[in-house]
Amino acid sequence: MPDQLLFAMEVTLNGLMAGVLYSLVALGFVLIFKASGIFNYAQGVMALFAALTLVGIMEGQVPFAHLINSVFGTDIHHFGWHVPALAAIVLTMVLMIAFAWAVNRFVLRHLVNQEPIILFMATIGLAYFLEGVGDLMWGSDIKTLNVGLPQGLNETIDRVTYEAFGYGFFIDNLDIVATVIAVVLVAGLVLFSQYTKQGRALRAVADDHQAALSVGISLNYIWVLTWSIAGFVALVAGIMWGAKSGVQFSLSLIALKALPVLMLGGFTSIPGAIVGGLIIGVGEKLFEFLIGVHIGGATENWFAYVLALLFLVFRPQGLFGEKIIERV
Amino acid sequence: MNAMSGNTTTADGRKIGGVLMEMRNITLRFGGVEAIKDISFDILEGEVRAIIGPNGAGKSSMLNVISGFYNPQVGEVWFRGEKRPPMKPYEVARLGIARTFQNIALFDGMSVLDNIMTGRLTHMTTGMLAQAIWKGKAEREEVANREIVEKIIDFLEIQHIRKVPVGRLPYGLKKRVELARALAAEPKLLLLDEPMAGMNVEEKEDMSRYILDTNDEFGTTIALIEHDMGVVMDLSDRVVVMDYGKKIGDGTPDEVRNNQEVIDAYLGVAHD
Ligand SMILES: Nc1ncnc2c1ncn2[C@@H]1O[C@H](COP(=O)(O)OP(=O)(O)OP(=O)(O)O)[C@@H](O)[C@H]1O
Ligand SMILES: [Mg+2]
Repeated sequence: MPDQLLFAMEVTLNGLMAGVLYSLVALGFVLIFKASGIFNYAQGVMALFAALTLVGIMEGQVPFAHLINSVFGTDIHHFGWHVPALAAIVLTMVLMIAFAWAVNRFVLRHLVNQEPIILFMATIGLAYFLEGVGDLMWGSDIKTLNVGLPQGLNETIDRVTYEAFGYGFFIDNLDIVATVIAVVLVAGLVLFSQYTKQGRALRAVADDHQAALSVGISLNYIWVLTWSIAGFVALVAGIMWGAKSGVQFSLSLIALKALPVLMLGGFTSIPGAIVGGLIIGVGEKLFEFLIGVHIGGATENWFAYVLALLFLVFRPQGLFGEKIIERV
Repeated sequence: MNAMSGNTTTADGRKIGGVLMEMRNITLRFGGVEAIKDISFDILEGEVRAIIGPNGAGKSSMLNVISGFYNPQVGEVWFRGEKRPPMKPYEVARLGIARTFQNIALFDGMSVLDNIMTGRLTHMTTGMLAQAIWKGKAEREEVANREIVEKIIDFLEIQHIRKVPVGRLPYGLKKRVELARALAAEPKLLLLDEPMAGMNVEEKEDMSRYILDTNDEFGTTIALIEHDMGVVMDLSDRVVVMDYGKKIGDGTPDEVRNNQEVIDAYLGVAHD
């Protein structure tokens, strides 16, 4: 097999795995958008906040240490204990649910029936608020997140591909784990929404608010539920990205990568978010490999947007989105 | 005095009981518009109560007050002998009051079966965790509720479209699915906003039959809005007539038909 083709295959595989993470972030957007028509700008910051909290709890950091120290003149930073990863994940999830509840109680409930643009602005405010709270609670230094996921070269794949093609593929174990977890998560979400009472209620609210109310569904309850699920998805995405590149502010920028994914997949389609993420992941890696190197590189910064833009022109509703026909 | 005042039996042998719902001096405003002006009436257990009146009379508004979609500025709503505090629509639904909408509100993306299953939500009590884990209790609950839904599907003769996404159905069938979803709640009070609007004669006859059978077989109390006078006379035990937000008549179909004010309203006699 020619070397070039082998490299391309390796790049494609890596692209697929990067794409899984894009899908995951995009999924958080889709869930909330479907249920309440809100484009949640804060989704990326939610991932950052979840990751920060997770690290903080695991390391036994004192929340708001800076604030406490400057007010009381103390000098505390750590409780001096370490919390096991699993327990810390559960605690973080509890906090994300509390956040979901608070968002609904103190922000969204007051904005019912407002224009989408107003709700969007509210989530921008929410994003900066949450970013600030994250800073205040856990500090702004870069943290490493290690929940015990395997990392580094997967030797089996390396060996097998070497024996087969005479060239060993470099696939990171973390990417493989991330892919498996993402697949399980998506499958779980689909099963939940198709086969449980809450899932049915969720789909009902996504479809028609009036009708949902008339069969006894509390919109507030469903909104807290969707924001909690979106919080969970953010946590998973935060763990993956955090483990890969450290927990720092730039993590919240993955939300920006989700935008082209959404344009591609459509804002209301869960399969769209998944396929869109994979296309962008593979597309940008392959483009960089095949063309980027000849034109000076760094195409990964913009490729996704250009692809999404082209797509928008020809299929504004996205891959699987419903066609929008204005009724007159 | 009303012609019927509880615990009687109709000519066709249905039992009419005591007062199920009572509206007392309801006034509802939208900004400067008074959609309902100081209206009182009651609904007896087991009866078919119609609300009629010209366009814009405030009929849908009245139904929306009963179902909690609108909260009146003045007046009291009494249900099963208790004064009802201001409630959200989903809370009213949980009291056992189901409804359909004038402009059909279904879940277009979901199948007919799933749509009707949502009508059972108020009867499904298994908690979130049990549902998510899908253990015995949740499964039994799903199966038991599914059986009731299948009965309603048979009753309304929509077996052939069970798996079809509702968005693809023609108008007449959508109306029927909406009725099915409301019936699935096994409501104590069923509210129907123009269940026959936009239907052809045959569809209207079918729908009339389903409404009568519902009342007859399950003893469901029904309040319905309808434009077609003929249909109203056939279906209902008593009629409230509204015009420009006011109640201008209340009684049996015969009484109402001979009421001069009602006749004027329907013939479009100028208002002063
Ligand atoms: N949500 C609302 N906001 C403002 N005005 C409303 C609202 N709902 C109803 N109205 C007004 O209240 C009045 C009564 O409307 P309603 O829909 O109750 O009439 P209706 O008797 O059901 O008429 P139709 O036979 O056309 O359905 C109308 O003037 C209508 O414009
Ligand atoms: Mg109406």
